[in-house]
Amino acid sequence: MEDLLAARLQMALSLGFHIVFACIGIAMPVFMAFSEWRWLRTGRQAYLDVAKAWSKGVAIFFAVGAVSGTVLSFELGLLFPEFMKHAGPIIGMPFSWEGTAFFVEAIALGVFLYGWKKLNKWVHWISGIVVGISGIMSGIFVVAANSWMNSPTGFVWKDGKATEIDPVAAMFNDAWFSQALHMTLAAFVATAFAVAGVHAFLLIKNRKIEFHKTALKIALSFGAVAAILQPLSGDISAKDVAKRQPAKLAALEAHYKTSTHAGFVFGGIPNNKTEQVDYAIHVPGLLSYLAHGDFNAEVIGLDKFPKEERPPVVITHVAFQIMILSGCLLALAGLLFIIFSTRWKNILSKKWWLVFIAWLTPIGFIAVEAGWTVTETGRQPWIIYGVMKTKDAVSTMPGLQYSFYSIMAVYVLLTIIIIWLMRKHIARLQTDYPSAKIETE
Amino acid sequence: MLQIIIIILAVAFILYTILGGADFGAGILEIFAGRRGERTVSKAIAPVWEANHVWLILAIVIIFTGFPLVYATLSLSLHIPLMVVLIGIVLRGTAFTFRYYDVSPDKTHKYFTSFFEISSFITPFFLGITLGAMILGDIPPDNAGSFSERFILPWFNLFCVAMGLFTIAIFGYIAAVFLTGEAKNTPEQRKYSRLSKIFLSSTFAMGLLVFLSAEYNNRHLLADFFGSVLCIISFSLVILLIPVIFYLVNHPKTIYLRIAIGAQVALIIFGWFAMQFPVIIFEKGGTHLTFYNTQAPYATLYQLFIALIVGLILIVPCFYFLFKVFKGSDE
Ligand code: HDD
Ligand code: HEM
Ligand code: HEM
Repeated sequence: MEDLLAARLQMALSLGFHIVFACIGIAMPVFMAFSEWRWLRTGRQAYLDVAKAWSKGVAIFFAVGAVSGTVLSFELGLLFPEFMKHAGPIIGMPFSWEGTAFFVEAIALGVFLYGWKKLNKWVHWISGIVVGISGIMSGIFVVAANSWMNSPTGFVWKDGKATEIDPVAAMFNDAWFSQALHMTLAAFVATAFAVAGVHAFLLIKNRKIEFHKTALKIALSFGAVAAILQPLSGDISAKDVAKRQPAKLAALEAHYKTSTHAGFVFGGIPNNKTEQVDYAIHVPGLLSYLAHGDFNAEVIGLDKFPKEERPPVVITHVAFQIMILSGCLLALAGLLFIIFSTRWKNILSKKWWLVFIAWLTPIGFIAVEAGWTVTETGRQPWIIYGVMKTKDAVSTMPGLQYSFYSIMAVYVLLTIIIIWLMRKHIARLQTDYPSAKIETE
Repeated sequence: MLQIIIIILAVAFILYTILGGADFGAGILEIFAGRRGERTVSKAIAPVWEANHVWLILAIVIIFTGFPLVYATLSLSLHIPLMVVLIGIVLRGTAFTFRYYDVSPDKTHKYFTSFFEISSFITPFFLGITLGAMILGDIPPDNAGSFSERFILPWFNLFCVAMGLFTIAIFGYIAAVFLTGEAKNTPEQRKYSRLSKIFLSSTFAMGLLVFLSAEYNNRHLLADFFGSVLCIISFSLVILLIPVIFYLVNHPKTIYLRIAIGAQVALIIFGWFAMQFPVIIFEKGGTHLTFYNTQAPYATLYQLFIALIVGLILIVPCFYFLFKVFKGSDE
């Protein structure tokens, strides 16, 4: 395997692995704190049980999130030393703030997970809130670093070196807001639907268990709101990409020829030879509208870029379609949930609804992985957009594929163990938590 | 400002060595202390290990933000040992957590335990090797030369192996002392107290080996050592603390013991810093990387400085709270 390819795959694998745990680390503390708050207010046992059972399961995810994040902070240098040599001083600031947020998060988490018995109830609850806030903050800071790669500002590039560095300007780059917003929402969407799916699945077997009903309701309430907001935020992202990275926009839409009144392409497989998208549905004018807010606006196509500066079109386009489809599906589910809970409450315990929610379990995370593929692959061949190419940043050490294989082996092993442990954890719910017993209600 | 950043980096490094060292060391000791030990070890580590290892992340972030060339050089030339460290960190943290949270123990616990113990052993070894390579000065500037000159020989030599063993010994020593304070019943306490003596002697033996092998590898550390007054002073203090520590091991208030061992480790590292300041990485041919010739531009250091100060203001009370909740009252 070529070293550049190995490095990119390893980076993608490690980030794709970490992001799952990062999303859980952002959203779960909020869900747990919410459930605990309901318990503090109502005194209903099920809320306490849910908060406790979640925190026990989540501890495992936190640990994996922490170690896989540590891997990343070394890997950026191990794989792309030339990138970090120049980018470190520029994006170091968000990373140092992120470090602060991690610290607070790790400490508050220790207090939350182990302090159930030792602390005053409200102090314990506040520690949960602190975990949630610092988790969201750390997500926003890392995304600031990534958005700088998409929209590099805050320095002057002279003779292969960055001068006149302004870390504050670099952090608040043009892509920062849209990416941070979209990512934070994504964490909530993906985690909420995954959690809801699992509890819905368990409810299918026995629709009376109060524990799962409570958990499902909390997860879906958060999920519904976030999922409805997500396409709106995605629209902001798309308009933003159109402005700052026209090559990425053209690639994710497989828009080969610059044109006015440009059509939106649903589905299909881009064909780089004929520069057509096979098997796709075209909606005339829609792309111009989505990208620039005007049906007749000109949308720059791939033809404006030399071949060696075009991102891989097929991967970017397909990943984008997957994200859109998932986004629409989840937004629909969210909308239905809101309608049913205000009008037709009894539908929420119908089997077909639970089956529908159970099927949605992986969709949010699929959207997250697809979205990152769009962002990162759509930036290629640049590692810092317009400034440094990925091939110039990669480590000069030969044999990088062996690093990749070992990391892959470790992560595959971990994935298997985590799934197995979660199944064990779920199997024990009944014996450990009063409200999870079959005969309640 | 640069000075304060360097001090915070040093403090992060020292705290990682003490707290992370106690963590890793606990895994090393578990090999010797058996099943009963497993429970004490788990109870002692579980609430704090994530917070402890954030010191490492802090150190890394300070290095890649403030001294980017150091980070780039390390991660290029020492790719192989660092990869091993990373995999070790992953396996250790996850195996420990899996074992701790998996409430219904079965056969897999044995596997988790072996992963935990083996990676607790290997990770410090390669951490030590990495540090050794920074001190030894066989890293070629500009990464020139053959594959083995660039990526193998800088860390694969007697001196670096000695550094690895030294790291294992000192981590084991820290953990044994900590756990002596942690263990409740007397036979177990006696076991840890015995282990702490064994690991203390090994630490000295390995320390000696480090200096001897340095001479063997043409790095005249002894001369550097005796050339630095600060180094000699801190070494004397380290020796003076040994009887104090063995007195405090039986003292009912464990906090004094912790302070004493913390001071001892801090002094060892301080002595090392004093010996080589301001050099961070020694390179072949004398073009060493120092704090001064690798520092980031002023604007970056300034922002880093602010983030660190605000961070400290937030973190110190939080940490105090965490330790108070879990360690203060011995239940
Ligand atoms: C649950 C997850 C999820 C869902 C339902 C959606 N997205 Fe998304 N999307 C992400 C999760 C995500 C992400 C993984 O979080 C990304 C990667 C980088 C980022 O900032 O967010 C992303 C990136 C991303 C980008 C690229 C941004 C950039 O490169 O800066 C665009 C244009 C969109 N999204 C657009 C959409 C649209 C129009 C959606 C409508 C249905 C949508 N996304 C749903
Ligand atoms: C601060 C956050 C991030 C940073 C600094 C970062 C950095 C990088 C770097 C250095 C590369 C290699 C160069 C390249 O091929 O473009 C890369 C590639 C990649 N990253 Fe990110 N990344 C970040 C966030 C993420 C996240 C969260 C994901 C999630 C899954 C992700 C997915 C990918 C993928 C899929 C690639 C491979 C791109 C390709 O094959 O072309 N990135 N990223
Ligand atoms: C956009 C992508 C990312 C997001 C949203 C994100 C978010 C998070 C969150 C929420 C956590 C806490 C996880 C938990 O407690 O389980 C975490 C952990 C961590 N992340 Fe990421 N992260 C991203 C990418 C990265 C990258 C690129 C790096 C490294 C350069 C990184 C380094 C870390 C580290 C070191 C930790 C462990 C902190 C600890 O021990 O508490 N992350 N990340």
